[in-house]
Amino acid sequence: MKPLICIFFFFLFFTSAFAQEDLMDMINDRTDEEINYTSATFKSTRIMNGHSVEKMPPGQLDFRISHRFGTLNSGLYEFFGLDQSSIHFGLEYGILKWLMAGVGRGTYEKTFDGFCKFTILRQSTGSRVIPVSVSMLSSVAVTSVKWASPERTNYFSSRLSYVHQLLIARKLNQAFSVQIAPTFVHRNLVATEFDHNDLYSIGAGGRVKLSNRISFNAEYYYTVNQGSYGSQALYNPLSVGFDIETGGHVFQLIFTNSLAMIEKDFIGETTGKWINGDIHFGFNISRVFTIKK
Amino acid sequence: MKRLSIILLLISLFLVAEAQKYMTKNGYIGFFSGTPIEDIKADNNQVASVIDISTGEIVFQVLIKSFKFEKALMEEHFNENYLESDKFPRSTFRGKITNLSTVDFTRPGLYDVKVEGELNMHDVTNKISVNGTIEVTSGGINANSKFNIAPEDYKIKIPSVVRNNIAKIIEITVTIKYSPVENK
Repeated sequence: MKPLICIFFFFLFFTSAFAQEDLMDMINDRTDEEINYTSATFKSTRIMNGHSVEKMPPGQLDFRISHRFGTLNSGLYEFFGLDQSSIHFGLEYGILKWLMAGVGRGTYEKTFDGFCKFTILRQSTGSRVIPVSVSMLSSVAVTSVKWASPERTNYFSSRLSYVHQLLIARKLNQAFSVQIAPTFVHRNLVATEFDHNDLYSIGAGGRVKLSNRISFNAEYYYTVNQGSYGSQALYNPLSVGFDIETGGHVFQLIFTNSLAMIEKDFIGETTGKWINGDIHFGFNISRVFTIKK
Repeated sequence: MKRLSIILLLISLFLVAEAQKYMTKNGYIGFFSGTPIEDIKADNNQVASVIDISTGEIVFQVLIKSFKFEKALMEEHFNENYLESDKFPRSTFRGKITNLSTVDFTRPGLYDVKVEGELNMHDVTNKISVNGTIEVTSGGINANSKFNIAPEDYKIKIPSVVRNNIAKIIEITVTIKYSPVENK
């Protein structure tokens, strides 16, 4: 009979031990796997000059001030470009989870601009796996500089240009994110017959996080049919810099061969060349306010 | 001898039948950080927890990403910079009610309890001891607790620029409504 009792004790021990073990497993067994959306592919809605796949969340207002100084090769007299400054202001707002809109005004050609950015796909893991995030950007810009030839008939439509851009990004891991951006630019009026009204360009950018709050970013746009800008040669814009995030602010320090800060200008009108030292130092400051909770 | 084994069998059956577990998948855990500069508050209504009233064992599992903040940017920073939820997606607690004998689960009422156990968060496990209440109702069990933890104890680094915006001690509120788990 003794072995039987031993067996009972053994079972008793076994069942209670088993019961103790499974409380956390019980949770795992009975909880469904959720969709885990990737967040913060980039720290800001811009990689450098160009847009990133990120949007302002609903109810958040992003006030952006961006500066580009003169070129580093302008010498000590111009204090390596710091004596000159070109500025762009922007007010950008998250309307819905999948939609943001913004307006801006820049020194360069006294341009007003507006854009909408839509979410198409969100990178996710878990119960639904999507490898990339995709956003679409559509923007319009209106220049307001005085007409170059006031004597001829000038139309308002000549001041307009449009940009459509698909932003496809993947956060490869915590530190590293990449993006490609097929871009279409249409200018209603161009300077000469050697310039193209339609530009096809592809942007590539990425970031590497150096710490939780600092990342190194780089961005390049390759334009397939560059043309010229009046008599000046055009180059593809290359920008490198750092994101520094401090609570509600993101500072972006940037070195770029482009003076202008909106798509139609940095894609279509970049006349600086890195190798010649036509490098503009600049920064973007993003300050986010919560408007609606 | 035979009688003894029958008694043992009965005891073991009795124990198994009495081993009552209660569970929830949508419990609440919130935290509050109050400083003169700003108050930060977040709520999580997807807390999973199981309590075994026969042993007093209690476990919690929290998805860090399920904490909702008033400001979206705070939520992003919470996940990206502080809790690093991609690396450490969950926080868990395994503990035991140390004064289980004072709780009568057969009689509705409010009982003060003390729970001791291990809280794992941000890949750091610390022993904690908290006070709370167990309320026995006709339909189930409610558990409530309020306690404090320090981010520093969980290797959550707060940079000097925002040091004054985030409290050194964070108040945690736990509100759980359990319902009985049917044995499978």
